[in-house]
Amino acid sequence: MMKILVQEHDFDIAAEIAGLIGKRTDIGGIVTFTGLVRDFHGSHKVQKMTLEHFPGMAEKQLETICKTAEERWPLLGGTVIHRYGQLFPGDQIVLVITLSAHREAAFEAASFIMDWLKTDAPFWKKEETLSGAHWVDAKETDTLKTQKWQK
Amino acid sequence: MNLLYFAHVRENIGCSSEQMSLPDNISNVGELMSHLRAKGKGYQSAFENEDNIRVAVNQLYVNFDHVISEQDEIAFFPPMTGG
Repeated sequence: MMKILVQEHDFDIAAEIAGLIGKRTDIGGIVTFTGLVRDFHGSHKVQKMTLEHFPGMAEKQLETICKTAEERWPLLGGTVIHRYGQLFPGDQIVLVITLSAHREAAFEAASFIMDWLKTDAPFWKKEETLSGAHWVDAKETDTLKTQKWQK
Repeated sequence: MNLLYFAHVRENIGCSSEQMSLPDNISNVGELMSHLRAKGKGYQSAFENEDNIRVAVNQLYVNFDHVISEQDEIAFFPPMTGG
């Protein structure tokens, strides 16, 4: 079972990894992905980002995505943390950690979870730039990345 | 029914949730959207582009032809942009 957290406060990547390893010695590889708030969107300078989410459903969707990843790859555990609320450039938004005996499973599962999370987890980004605030549009390329995983 | 709105749908309508009883002539999500659109300008702009509306009934994604009932929690929102 992977650990799922939807929270307002920041996370500590090293502490999360250490917590997953514990005293285990069967883990051959750990992959982590961290998403950060960029300070630009196209030619606009981003000053602030607000992440809205659907409480309850966000956790459920992340659980479903992680469960699918665990059925598809031989994982030895993992963690997904997604933040909400007000964030600023440089802030951490999302963390995906996957553990496995061999690297391929960990790399692929982390990539799969991120691609699915982008299109299926109920979170919405609003960016504030000097020219005003706007909701970020969903990208067609993200949908295609998710579809690529469908067997 | 309990209706929930998120992101720009919430902003256009001006509230994040509302209680409504299911009108007799409405049986699915698509019909409910048309009904809501007629409620005023905010609703109209919220549901202007149906291609940009996603729906979850009781926290599960559904299509517009999904049949709804009085006990449902129905959430309307734009395509997700997390990560």
